[in-house]
Amino acid sequence: MLAFRHSLKLSRHNTLCTRLNSTLVIAEHNEEQLAAVTRNAITAATKLGGDVSVLVAGSKADKVAAEVSKIANVKRVLLAKDAKLGGQLPERLTPVVLASHKQFKFSNIVAGASSFGKGLIPRVAAKLDVSPVSDVIAVHGADSFTRTMYAGNAVTKVKSLAPVKLITFRGTAFEAAADGGSAAVENAPSSDIKTDTSEFLSSELSKSERPDLGTASIVVSGGRGLKNGENFKLLYDLADKLGAGVGASRAAVDAGFVPNDMQIGQTGKIIAPELYIAVGISGAIQHLAGMKDSKTIVAINKDPDAPIFQVADFGLKADLFKAVPEMTALLSK
Amino acid sequence: MRVLVGVKRVIDYAVKVRVKADKTGVVKDNVKHSMNPFDEIALEEAVRLKEKKIAKEVVAVSCGPTASQETLRTALAMGADKAIHVEVDAATAEKMEPIHVAKILAKLIEKEKFDLVILGKQAIDDDANQTGQMLAGFLDWPQAMFASKIEPDGSTHLKVTREIDGGLDTIKVKLPAVISADLRLNEPRYATLPNIMKAKKKPLEKKTPADFGVEIKPQTETVEVSDPPVRQAGIMVDDVQSLVSKLREKGAIP
Repeated sequence: MLAFRHSLKLSRHNTLCTRLNSTLVIAEHNEEQLAAVTRNAITAATKLGGDVSVLVAGSKADKVAAEVSKIANVKRVLLAKDAKLGGQLPERLTPVVLASHKQFKFSNIVAGASSFGKGLIPRVAAKLDVSPVSDVIAVHGADSFTRTMYAGNAVTKVKSLAPVKLITFRGTAFEAAADGGSAAVENAPSSDIKTDTSEFLSSELSKSERPDLGTASIVVSGGRGLKNGENFKLLYDLADKLGAGVGASRAAVDAGFVPNDMQIGQTGKIIAPELYIAVGISGAIQHLAGMKDSKTIVAINKDPDAPIFQVADFGLKADLFKAVPEMTALLSK
Repeated sequence: MRVLVGVKRVIDYAVKVRVKADKTGVVKDNVKHSMNPFDEIALEEAVRLKEKKIAKEVVAVSCGPTASQETLRTALAMGADKAIHVEVDAATAEKMEPIHVAKILAKLIEKEKFDLVILGKQAIDDDANQTGQMLAGFLDWPQAMFASKIEPDGSTHLKVTREIDGGLDTIKVKLPAVISADLRLNEPRYATLPNIMKAKKKPLEKKTPADFGVEIKPQTETVEVSDPPVRQAGIMVDDVQSLVSKLREKGAIP
């Protein structure tokens, strides 16, 4: 009898969970435009089942909220507009997320696995006393996910027992959600935002006319073989012919050839473009972690033993200083 | 200022890990382990703060099996004054999640006063990137993640430059605070032989999670660990001309 009652309770509990499954996606934006990774996170969120709400928090986020309300499958947009939220500091966003959660009792609170999402989601998780799941690449059900460990050398399927799932999703693993919705925008429940412990001072963003690394369909990337920063011009010329983004290995960043935010790898950006052209990059484990899901990989390197050739679909053993200009010239024809 | 630095013993970054045949995890026996590279950077920064007379004491802490003491000795040889080993058996260590480590560190900080915690931004084994943020959440302290530059701003604040997706940003946090170190923060020093000898005499305190009232109850079950999909072997092309035509054939470039 006890066992029966227990199972009854369990099954009732399960139906309740299924029925009430609902997800809050935290939108990432710069007050003007939604970050592309949020659209990928929305697609991942729909795979969890249940309704999808999106929280847009910022100092003047109306425009972003309007953009989000048009995305397909978004049921509700919660807008938290407050001057204190400019700069999007996690200490200030966390109470906003918690206030929304308190009202709507979401079963999942998620974001893209960008520096924004990685900074915020675990802090919220601590406040809810749950264990978050980072950088998820596949959703198998409401509590079952796949993520990678050891720089992508082990693929792990996990089951989360947490009462609320706090997840960041790897953008490249999910399609971007398209427009086609008409969600209502409502004000997020108010919260007490303390401002005494942290303050946003300034940002210094790299300006580039080239496509964003995370979403570019072609990426040309350079490593130590480029020898100096000036030589990266060879890659920029090739990239411009292809409409490609430009990335770099850690060696190229550490040597000061290019800024940090161009780093592809385990601890930099993880990308999966249609075509990845690695130039003068040996292919260390940590670099491969960031690009080995690219559809087609090309390696140009003068060292025939470079590990990059083991993952390349097309390898060319050549001096990059000859091969790259030659390729740029050929593409101009 | 007292600084706490978290260090984790992980499989060395240069080792190509192998997934166990029974799919329960990766092979760790007889595999070279060392200090998580980001933790070396965190520790180096703390030691530099001490050398600049900003920090008075640097304490290194590690949660894990007995072998974690090697990592703590390395930390002491690099310049930490004292080490705390929170010992868990190997089986429990496998199941430990960032939430448990963050809880232990939070309790430790409640017991002993620290003004600053520096952790690595992520461990290169679980790639979670959670512990610092969770610790800041538990303590209600401000957080400055992915730091590439730390400067004091008066005696009560720090100015931290962070590596974010589009470039860099600078924030100001009030002490006490939690910082996580990114690769570009500094170049960690090597422990010299005399310092390795001296480190043997530095204090290493042993604790258990129970001392902090923390129960290691997993919230995430590992169902299966497998190898990533293997890429089809590629081909070598002879020259740029054939590379371009192959790519055009494939429709990869216009």
